[in-house]
Amino acid sequence: MTRLGEFCRRNPTIVIGAMALMAVAALAIAAPWIAGDPMALAPIDRLQPPSAAHWLGTDFLGRDIYDRVVYGARISLIVGLSVAVCSIVIGLTIGLAAGYWRGVDTLVMRIMDGLMAIPAILLAIAMVSLNRASVWIVIVAITIPEVPRIVRLVRSVVLSVRTLPYIEAAVSGGSPGVKIVVRHILPATINPLIVQGTYITASAILTEAALSFLGAGVPPEIPTWGNMIAQSRLFIARAPWTIFAPGATLALVILSVNLLGDGLRDFLDVRLARRMV
Amino acid sequence: MTGTIARRLASIVPVMCIVAICVFLLLHFAPGDPAAIMAGDNATPANIAAIRAKLGLDQPVWLQFLVWVHNLLRGDLGTSLFWGEGVMTLIGQRAEPTISLALTTITFAVVVAVTLGVVAAAKVGSLLDRAVMGFAVMGFSVPVFVVGYLLIFVFAIILKWLPVQGYTPIAEGVLPWLRNLILPSFALGMAYVALIARITRATMLDVLAEDYMRTAKAKGVATRPMLLKHALKNAAVPIVTVIGNGVALLIGGVVITETVFNIPGVGRLVVDAIARRDYPIIQGVIMVFSGVYVLVNLLVDLSYTLFDPRVRG
Repeated sequence: MTRLGEFCRRNPTIVIGAMALMAVAALAIAAPWIAGDPMALAPIDRLQPPSAAHWLGTDFLGRDIYDRVVYGARISLIVGLSVAVCSIVIGLTIGLAAGYWRGVDTLVMRIMDGLMAIPAILLAIAMVSLNRASVWIVIVAITIPEVPRIVRLVRSVVLSVRTLPYIEAAVSGGSPGVKIVVRHILPATINPLIVQGTYITASAILTEAALSFLGAGVPPEIPTWGNMIAQSRLFIARAPWTIFAPGATLALVILSVNLLGDGLRDFLDVRLARRMV
Repeated sequence: MTGTIARRLASIVPVMCIVAICVFLLLHFAPGDPAAIMAGDNATPANIAAIRAKLGLDQPVWLQFLVWVHNLLRGDLGTSLFWGEGVMTLIGQRAEPTISLALTTITFAVVVAVTLGVVAAAKVGSLLDRAVMGFAVMGFSVPVFVVGYLLIFVFAIILKWLPVQGYTPIAEGVLPWLRNLILPSFALGMAYVALIARITRATMLDVLAEDYMRTAKAKGVATRPMLLKHALKNAAVPIVTVIGNGVALLIGGVVITETVFNIPGVGRLVVDAIARRDYPIIQGVIMVFSGVYVLVNLLVDLSYTLFDPRVRG
């Protein structure tokens, strides 16, 4: 623990990132107690600038932007964390299998190459447009393009440890393959996955916002940072806060998660190519 | 050399096959009835049946797959439900703005990013270096549409230097064309610049630590040729790889940038298709963009031979 403390003292950005993230998570959880009704319409108060009554102003329907930003954090965090967990579970399983049992490797990796060639946002748009909008479809649609990246990462770790003497010892000791993979290889993948999972959370939050912005996200009546920006785009000159309040919050949250990821990467000493998309 | 090119060309076949199968499966294994969703909420059973017939969804799955592959090989991406025209034609009509945006963004981003990366590596630890690294993290974190609206607000609405949005074809003059592309290229290029600058700095730092760089310095090569000819050329392979991989980032970003800046390109075609549930357009654009991505990365692989004679073999 002292090593962590020392590390944080020398890298204050990680502490800032983690604290900003915890603050947003707290806001999202406490939303019903600290924010009003995000759907409440007040046409008389439309496009009000920030004031004591409306901390971040109001939008074109007179809805309070602070309330909507706070509730919007819920969707962002739920999607971000769910995508990270789902893509790690699926990608880890496939990656361990492909790395250890070489027979399936070529086929699996070809499929992953094909999936990686499809632009993530278009794959998600296709899935969402074929189904009725819901949070679940958005999570699935963002998870699928992330899986190949996890598979590649896990497979490369497996390939680098499977020839080490301790694995050879386990094999000659007669351990069954599944036991070797789970007991001896899986632990080597944990640190890289923690780091990669953090980056995936950041990119999933970004993709969710982009999908909502394009009208291919969660149902439009649920406030999200992406659809708040999309609905306010005509009012940018008259009421810039309607766009920049959710926009700045979104950017700060993604920045915090990325800083946390960079910090974890340096702390856990994971050498890993930064994600590309 | 020709052998390498032929082998690499052949290797894109399985990748594109997987893409085609994925896109096909997406439509056919969607839970619920895609035809009913495409027809909209007020559709009659007859409308739904018509869409099903138009997309061939009433045929057996294996036959549909054969037809899909056969049409793809002929370059036929199907017919738009909304426009009633061939998807390939529609994409062709909207290609100019998208290609313009992509080219201006890549040119600007590569020049800026490589310069920033080289300078940061040459002056490692300086204030400039830290500024570049800070920008690299920011570039990854601020979404394209937030950057886009910020640029519009500052440069078009407050300062009134540049048009708010829209597109002027290059046929109407290079200058008006460029004026409309400056802000979108900046917005789209942010993350791309961050990505390339980061890799350039890291590989340049590795190369600068090599013995031959010390030799070059010792024999008195001036700083600029040393950085550009000796170091950058040896750092080229990872940089070019990232430029190619990063095209995926641009393709996703094009869809958003064209929406923010109201550019009538291929990205807008897709976004307009979302609300209309015009699935043939979406799957057609996926095929085209995936093909572009695969081709760009093929070119990147082939370009290694230019920078690194060892690859030629």
